Amino acid sequence: MPRLRTPLGGTAAVLLVAVLATAVLAPPLWGEKAAAAADTANILQGASAAHWAGTDGLGRDIFFRVLVATRLSVLLALLATGLGVLTGLLLGAAPLLVGARVGRLVTAAVNIAVAFPGLLLALSFAVVFGVGGTGAVLAIGFAIAPAFARLTGTLVATVAERDYIAAARIAGVGRLRILVRHVLPNIGEPLVVNATVAAGGSLLAFAGLSYLGLGVQAPAYDWGRLLGEGLNSLYMHPLAALVPGGAVVLAGLALNLTGEAVARGIGQTTPLFTAVRRRRPEAPLPSNQDSADVVLAVEGLHVSFPGVTPVRGVSFTVRRGEAVGVVGESGSGKSLTALAIAQLIEEPGQVRAERLEFAGEDLRHGPSRAQRRLLGTSLAMVFQDPMTSFNPTQRIGRQLAEPARAHQGLSRRRAFDRAVDRLRAVRLPAPERRAHQFPHEFSGGMRQRAMIGMGLMGTPMLILADEPTTALDVTVQRQVLALLEDVRATTAAALVLISHDITVVGQVCERVLVMYAGRIVEDVATAELSTAARHPYTQALLAAVPHLGTDRDRPLTVIPGRPADPGDTPVGCAFAPRCAYADDLCRRADPPLEGGVACWHADRTVAPPGPGG
Amino acid sequence: MSPLNELRFRDVSVRFGGRRRGVTAVDRVDLTVPAGAVVGLVGESGSGKSTLARAAVGLAPLAGGAVLLDGRPLPRTPGRHGVQMVFQDPYSSLDPRMTVGASIAEAAPRGGNTTAEVARLLDLVELAPERAAQYPAQLSGGQRQRVALARALAARPDVIIADEITSALDVSIQGTVLNLVRDLQRRLSLSMLFISHNLAVVRYVSDLLAVMYLGRIVECGPVDDVLGDPQHPYTRQLLASAPRPGGIPTALTGAEATLDSAEPGDPHHPPPGCRFHPRCPVGPLVLPGRDDCRDTEPDGAQRRHQAACHYAAHASEQHNTRSTP
Repeated sequence: MPRLRTPLGGTAAVLLVAVLATAVLAPPLWGEKAAAAADTANILQGASAAHWAGTDGLGRDIFFRVLVATRLSVLLALLATGLGVLTGLLLGAAPLLVGARVGRLVTAAVNIAVAFPGLLLALSFAVVFGVGGTGAVLAIGFAIAPAFARLTGTLVATVAERDYIAAARIAGVGRLRILVRHVLPNIGEPLVVNATVAAGGSLLAFAGLSYLGLGVQAPAYDWGRLLGEGLNSLYMHPLAALVPGGAVVLAGLALNLTGEAVARGIGQTTPLFTAVRRRRPEAPLPSNQDSADVVLAVEGLHVSFPGVTPVRGVSFTVRRGEAVGVVGESGSGKSLTALAIAQLIEEPGQVRAERLEFAGEDLRHGPSRAQRRLLGTSLAMVFQDPMTSFNPTQRIGRQLAEPARAHQGLSRRRAFDRAVDRLRAVRLPAPERRAHQFPHEFSGGMRQRAMIGMGLMGTPMLILADEPTTALDVTVQRQVLALLEDVRATTAAALVLISHDITVVGQVCERVLVMYAGRIVEDVATAELSTAARHPYTQALLAAVPHLGTDRDRPLTVIPGRPADPGDTPVGCAFAPRCAYADDLCRRADPPLEGGVACWHADRTVAPPGPGG
Repeated sequence: MSPLNELRFRDVSVRFGGRRRGVTAVDRVDLTVPAGAVVGLVGESGSGKSTLARAAVGLAPLAGGAVLLDGRPLPRTPGRHGVQMVFQDPYSSLDPRMTVGASIAEAAPRGGNTTAEVARLLDLVELAPERAAQYPAQLSGGQRQRVALARALAARPDVIIADEITSALDVSIQGTVLNLVRDLQRRLSLSMLFISHNLAVVRYVSDLLAVMYLGRIVECGPVDDVLGDPQHPYTRQLLASAPRPGGIPTALTGAEATLDSAEPGDPHHPPPGCRFHPRCPVGPLVLPGRDDCRDTEPDGAQRRHQAACHYAAHASEQHNTRSTP
């Protein structure tokens, strides 16, 4: 729906209401006046108090004729649009309705029709269908249809691939019903927008046809005809042509602006963020010089977006060569933590921290040029989906070489050689050939290797891997994990491995940070994970994941409730609503991370809850 | 519900694309889901497991063979017949513009008390009847997957095909859905084809296990037997790759490392002979004299677990030292 509050929406609404009201009210009010029989005393008069826009060749008042003509003009335009939209819908949905084979023929025909200029099509149709209002409606309607069919076809194709369409087909729902119930509601918005804009266009086209004498015939009249009549005496009575012309412009504007406003309204389904000013960073704390061994030090890290704070005070340190895992469900803030460290949080997101140091450099004030370089060469980032993290139009070798040229000042040749060398280091088969290939020629596992290779172009001190194996098959997952392990051993880089899968993290890391609702709830050594985990959430996670030794005759342990919602974090311990041990204290106060666990009942001696607990 | 509801794939092939550049996603697959049993199907992406599932419900065209329900061929087009499917992603398998109740009612046979039927189905999947008026956006991932399950059950199927139904869910939610699926399957004595890439999940749910590689079933048998004594080297590799607590991956050396970094098979260009031979640790690339792997496709019919490997028995001897589940 148009947003009336915006100036655009307001103007559009006022104009549209005015045009429609005129179309409805003008004929009964002034129909007599405008059609009044020839008044031979006042032929072709200029503007006067009695006749604001003068009179025509039969002495009729032009201003009122323009008002009365609104109904026919708008009606014909809407009829033509309706016809065009309906035809377009049917043609565009043909592949869904009549099956792929016939549908392909229809689509091909539509594509050819689209190539024809619309007005030319309308002109030839006007000849075929005969001169007159009906002919013009058909002509303009069918001229609109191809473009609309093309749009519908494209939209239908995107929706038709969705699983819910497949599910409906399996459930025996008919094709027409699928179109009406599942497809149209989901593609309705762009169609409505385009139909409104098309209505504006057909109004203009109609005026054009009538002006040429191919549209409405006497004695009926629309704006186009009035325009044509007025134009004959343009030099003597300019208003006779300008007033109907102005009417066409106004009505066209009303329809087009409405379309525009609707489009913007739909585009604005997410609330507009008010400009967020970067908060002044807090006074720098004296950084603890505990050791030069610390690669990454994070204290009190907050990441917030307007209205939500998905990361609420995360503190941890990573030492040289250490492998730390970060485990959590969706909404736990684990990926945002990684992005904040890599300085990749974009506006309107905000990063706040008491301490955020990478290799001794304070990153809180946004990286300086030198720090950017440090990040570029010493921090390697590996993302979940390597398809989207490579530029699809550039060869892999060049993409690896580019940062090395920028940060390390290598020549093109040497940077490329290093890229090939690094690809070999990540055990990519035939690295020389592969470096000349594009990302789409790589399999998922190979792309992930190349991504790790990219991190190795510099001398990484930290590898930040965010769900690096989630999109991969288990056999490939093992390869990538082994590779990460290998790289860590050879380069002494530290590794932060983020995953939803506690078993994956347990395989590679020495220490696991368990995150829940934007906080670290437990920091535990991997070796003690199964024996000494103390937080109820960690214990539940371990029990909930089936492994190859799970007792098949018993139901799996489950964690009741749903994962934490960053937009709605409860007071007190965020896990309390799902926790079997929760009491009033838990619901009142959020436990701090002390001794590696954030739980008021970490020292309980009660056995963990049974299945279904 | 009919007492017999055996789903059988007989020599099923599915091809996509033209004759020249097409892909045979499923190649002459024979697989039986016995009445009331759960068959787990594992394999890597591109192995054709989802295509096989879609073929069973008529969403993928058969290029050869037949899918039989109790011995009768299923119609080739999708519709409300005895096989229903639950999809991987509950966020895309429910129409966002339709209420939960409408989605479920649509799949139910016409006639009868729709409201009561929807309430009964929601109750089956442990959701409150008030949920019927809600839209999918108001539900969590786990709840959506329950709704998807209820919709599949609405058509009163004999066989359910579950295609990676827990892989889009959070780990803490996965357990509840798995428990529910197992419980429903037993209570309604459904036959089920349960597809997943996660061996541990499949093991937990299934009675039988089938392993697929590049469009072929390479091993099939009772789940404990297959996992306890895998015959095919690919099954063994899958088992060795499954993450287990504390099992830190070891760096591989020599010939095994080259093999290990070998890329997964490409369904567009399946290798001749045994499809697994370019990646096989007991194949011609490692052991000399095993040339038959390169030019003869192994037939599993006479072997234990129908393992499609020329050296299935030898393979297990060689590997007993390396991997114990």
